This record gives sequence, C-alpha cells and structure tokens, in this order.
Amino acid sequence: MAAFDEMTGSGAELRPAYEALDRWLKDAPPDMLALRRSQAELFFRRIGITFAVYGDEESTERLIPFDIIPRVLTKPEWTRLEQGLRQRVTALNMFLADVYGPKECLKAGIIPPDLVYRNACYQLEMVDFQVPHGIYCHIAGIDIVRVDADTFYVLEDNARTPSGVSYMMENREVMLRLFPELFAMHRVAPVDNYPDQLLATLRSVAPRTSAADPTICLLTPGQYNSAFYEHSFLADKLGVELVEGSDLLVRDDVVYMRTTQGPKRVDVIYRRIDDDFIDPLVFRSDSVLGVPGLIGAYKAGNVTLANAVGTGVADDKAVYSYMPEIVRFFTGEEPILKNVPTFRCREPEANAYVLDNLDKLVVKEVNGSGGYGMLVGPHANKAQIEAFRRKLIAHPDGFIAQPTLALSTCPTFVASGVAPRHVDLRPYVLSGANGISCVPGGLTRVALQEGSLVVNSSQGGGTKDTWILDA
Amino acid sequence: MRISISHTISYAYAEPARHITQILRLTPRDHDGQHVMAWRIEPTIDGRLQAGQDAYGNIIHRFSADGPITEMAIQVNGLIETVDLAGVVRGAVERVPPDVFRRDTMMTMPGSELRSFVGAATSGADTPLGKMHALMEALHETMTCVPADQRTGIGAAAAFEARAGIAQDLAHVFMAGARHLGLPARYVSGYVAHAAALPQAAGAHAWAEIYLENYGWIGFDCANGLCPIDTHVRVAIGLDYGDAAPVRGARKGGQGENLAVRVTATEAGARASNQ
Repeated sequence: MAAFDEMTGSGAELRPAYEALDRWLKDAPPDMLALRRSQAELFFRRIGITFAVYGDEESTERLIPFDIIPRVLTKPEWTRLEQGLRQRVTALNMFLADVYGPKECLKAGIIPPDLVYRNACYQLEMVDFQVPHGIYCHIAGIDIVRVDADTFYVLEDNARTPSGVSYMMENREVMLRLFPELFAMHRVAPVDNYPDQLLATLRSVAPRTSAADPTICLLTPGQYNSAFYEHSFLADKLGVELVEGSDLLVRDDVVYMRTTQGPKRVDVIYRRIDDDFIDPLVFRSDSVLGVPGLIGAYKAGNVTLANAVGTGVADDKAVYSYMPEIVRFFTGEEPILKNVPTFRCREPEANAYVLDNLDKLVVKEVNGSGGYGMLVGPHANKAQIEAFRRKLIAHPDGFIAQPTLALSTCPTFVASGVAPRHVDLRPYVLSGANGISCVPGGLTRVALQEGSLVVNSSQGGGTKDTWILDA
Repeated sequence: MRISISHTISYAYAEPARHITQILRLTPRDHDGQHVMAWRIEPTIDGRLQAGQDAYGNIIHRFSADGPITEMAIQVNGLIETVDLAGVVRGAVERVPPDVFRRDTMMTMPGSELRSFVGAATSGADTPLGKMHALMEALHETMTCVPADQRTGIGAAAAFEARAGIAQDLAHVFMAGARHLGLPARYVSGYVAHAAALPQAAGAHAWAEIYLENYGWIGFDCANGLCPIDTHVRVAIGLDYGDAAPVRGARKGGQGENLAVRVTATEAGARASNQ
C-alpha cells in the first residue's frame, strides 16, 4: 500500500508546499543536518522538555525525539482543514450541551442512548447543569490523518485535557533558532500567539458574576504527571499561577487560591486533572490531587472549569463512530472532515467481520487512549492477534475496529538519511464566548520507524514543526 | 410501621483538624412506601450546613467547619412512617434513566467465578423477576453477612470470593450479578428496623434495587434474603456505595481520626393504634 507523500505525492512529482524545502534539502550537506539535529536535542535537554512513559521503569523521563525537517502545508490546505475543525468542535460542544440537557439527539435516534448513559464519562452531576456560557470543550486537540492530496480524516476527538501544545510551541522555537535561513525562504504562519488566544478564551468564559479582570489558574496533578512540563510551561506563558489541588480551597462555594497575601478568589481553572480526580467528595474519594468542594462551587456557578466536567463522553471511540451523524444533526451541514470507517464491535455482524479480519484491522479499546490497549493487525504477531480475539469475544462492547489507513508520509531525517515516515497532526482548537480560534498548524507526530503507523510518543513516535505557508 | 431513627457519627482527631468539609446523604425522601414525619440533622460544632440535591435526586447536606476541631459529631434524628410494598418502589424522585444503572463500576465488577455462579443460580428461572429472586436466594444461602470488623475485601469480586461481606458488599455482589445479566441495578443506603422476620441486626443497612420492565424498580435485600418490607427505610441511591455513602468528607489536618457510629432504628410506640 503506497502512502501519499506530502512532498512527492505518489512519488514522481514535487508538491508546491515543498518546492523551496526540497531545494534546500538537496543543497544541505548530510553533516549539517546531523549537526543541527544534535543541536536541537541539546536545546530540548537544556530547557528540560521531557515526558514520562507509563510502564517504562528504566527511565521515568525522556525526550520525545524531534525531527528537524518541518512538515509543510499550504494556506489553501489549512483553510479547508480549519473549516472542518471549526465545524467539528462546534458539533462537539452542541452534542455535549444536548446530552447534558434536552437530549434531542438521543430522542431523534442519532446515537443509541445506552452509549451515552452507560458511558463512565457521562457525568450525572452535569445533567441539567448550565455550564458558564454554554461551552464544554474549551480546548480540543483533534487528531487528524491525511490519506491523499484532498482527504483528511479525524482519528480522535480529544475533548478532555489534550496535551502536546507545548511541543508545538517549543518545536517552532527550536526551528527558528536552528534554521533562520529556512524561515527567510518561507512565509510561515506564527504559532507563538497561542498563549494569548488561550488566555482570551479562558477569560471569556469566566462566570458572569466574576470581576472584570478574572483570576485564572492552571491546576496540575503535580510534578509526577507525564505532562507536568507542559503545565508549568503554559502557566508561565499565560502568566497565571500553576497550582496543585492543595493550593486551592473552597469556602461557601467559592474557590480560593492560597497566596502569600492571603486567599485570592479564583474565577477560571484551566484544569489538567481528569474528572475522576478533581473532587474527592464527588468523584474518586481516594484522590489526593483534587479539591474537596470544587464541584459544589462549580455547580453554584462561582467558577468555570476548562474543560467542563464530563466532556469525555464526546471523545469516546464508540461515540466517535457516530460523529458524522452528530455533525449533520447539530450543524445541518455535511461534515468537512471525514471519519475513519469504524466497525462497532458491539454490533454482532460487525464483530464477526472484525474477528475474521484481525490481521488487517486496527482494534481500539473504547475509553482507552495512548495506544496502550490497541491492536495494529498488519503489524501484530499471531499471539497478539489471538489475545485480542479473546478480548473481543469476551467484551465486544469495549472495542471498535478500523481499517489501517495509509497515513501520509513526510520527509524525515533518520539514520539512513532523509526518508518518508508516517505522520499525523493534532491542531488545537479553542472555544470561548469570544468564538472559536485555532493557531495555524498544530503538533505533527511522526512514526520514526520505517513503515510504522503508531505515532504516539509513548510508543516511540517523534514530533516535527508544522508549517502553514502564508502565501 | 412507624420507625424512630437515631444515627450519630462521631469523629475525634489526635491532631486537631483545621478544616472539615462533608457531603451528607442522611435524609430520606417521601415515596409511596415511606413518609417522613420529622427529620433533623445537627452537627455538634458550628459550621455551615446547606441542603441540596445530587444527580440522583438524593437529598444532600454539605457541611463545612473551620478548626481547630478535636471532636465533632453529626447527629441525625427522625421519625418515618413506612408501608410494605413488597420491595416495589413507587412515587420516588427519579432523575436518572434506568440505562445508566447498567454501568459497571469498580465496586460491581464481577469476577469469572461470580459470573458462572450467577449463570447457574438463575438458569432455572425464565423471567427477569424470577432470575432476580433466584439470585437473591442463592446469594443469601451462599454468602455470610458479617460485622464490619470481619470484612475481608471490598468490591463484589473480592466479597464473593470470600463468600462473606457486610451488607454493602452483598448489595454490590447482587448488583454485579444483575448487571452481568443486563439488568439495571442500583445501590440503596438506608436503615432497617428490628423485626422478627429479619436475620440481620437493625440499624444502618444497604441493599439493591433492580429495574424490571412492567414493574419498575424493585428492592432486593440479600443480607436478609427478602424484598424490602415496612422495616426498610430508603435514604439514598447510586451506582454503588460511593454515590450513596452516608458521609463523604475531606479534611485539612486532623491526623489520627477515630470514627464511631451509633445507629438505632426501632419501631416507635404507636403499635397499638396501628393494629
């Protein structure tokens, strides 16, 4: 299966986005690329941008490999993609408002009610609660894959606490330092206004009762979380306090932050703690990361949580399979971004097909993420396939399956030189009372092993800078 | 039956607590099977007590107090009139669709042993109602309801493996079985008054309710081996114990907590007039 290459198309042409980069790559001595790569690594080490891999006992933190060859998209390509992202996120927010409110989409039979009701991410506490300004998913990280010149698929809607945006920003920073000549040759749309946009989004959703200049903080599970670097990075860029649960207290349904000047009222919390851990009085009682009473304050309308509680029901993989219908139902438009065709194993016929074709399909756990509970059929051995067969027979409800897509490739600097590697893209879409915004590009993840389709950083993927050409 | 209830939850701390915040689910609501005549919740220390409802429609009180606190108690006193509806729940506030209660939770995950037990115990019955009665009887026979200090494991699978647990565990085991069969099952926290028909001691209690087409919600009390009668007082429901727990709390400071609970649920002195 020959994948579409974003530089060379089917292999023979040179696509417009890459014309200048191709010339530059042809002129660049291999030594120079290797040198710049080691400089880039040094830079990342110095700033301390690392992440923890769950289940990796040898080293708790390591660098995500960075590829120095940027991924390039043209303005028209991005414009179309951005329209699709806006449409998708609009639908996600309307879907969430609906399932926690009037439930029209369930009544209309757009999605089976039990997929919502039985979903552990459907938070009963949120039913009939009006979230501030009606927005649930303030920060979405929509994973996109490309299969040809014109076709983009949504692989996953990350509607809870998507991470990775710090890599998008740091990758650009590193590229600007290492390759100023490339930026002189290209008009690359900037990404450094992301923190301003995020801050504007968070400010816009402050409770209506809060002061004109709302106090915002970023709530982290703490330094042992795999994304702690990003939390501190973002708090710094936003100019807001980075807090842990123990730094916040709730009195009379109002949230305060402990400061050296005494308690200070908090209006908006950009929380990077999962629902389950955010308030031990309401969710998991063994959580020491959360804030007792936070949900009470939230439901009293005195604080905004971004993202809202309960957004996980929208990015569940079983619900995902209904997204085209959800987009049509809520926006009245045809979906601009495609959904990967998805077999719902909960449907006996679909599961029978999946069981017969495990060697060709990607099987994913619903409610799972990070590529841990996943089978990539074409790359799996017999034992792995048989293990998944047993899981699928025992718990068909727990899985979906998709055909393996020929993810597009981009030129990547690997040991053997410059070679095509598969990529995906996670753009970050912000929704506030001030509208929807999306910085041009996002985080490109690249599967560094030849032929591999798994781009997750926890599974050996790397990242690239993503360029949207402003011309 | 007219039941008088007194429930005291006392805390003592070796090191004073600086702040306490709690959510109390200690107040029953009216439905066809019970009518609350009088009910009072009183903390023994100054603080803020605020009534509300949770997602299930349970009445909650949020209580918070600032320290230093070395001792405190929540005192509940009430009087309630009940009638025997053979476990059928009618006229209750229902805010959550039955489908929600088909979710598995950590407390109600059945192990493979429990799954096969459920299959064997219910194979002779041909209606969902029959299956639930068969399951309740089988579990009542098989499992021993023990006092809290003899509890061996938390959660349905562990309790079933031990063939023993407190009433809470038995409810979870039964719910796990019902959900395994695809039936909506929910946890009920409440009280049970002393009666000759009941093998288990009176006091705080827990059982399960199952949603059955054409019947609605019906209670099943595995610990006592019967559907709730007029001795049972329903207080709160949830997906499992965690959602319906009488008290959920958090505190700052207050190391060395010593918890004591005293419950009495007795038939009030109106027997003569009822007969």
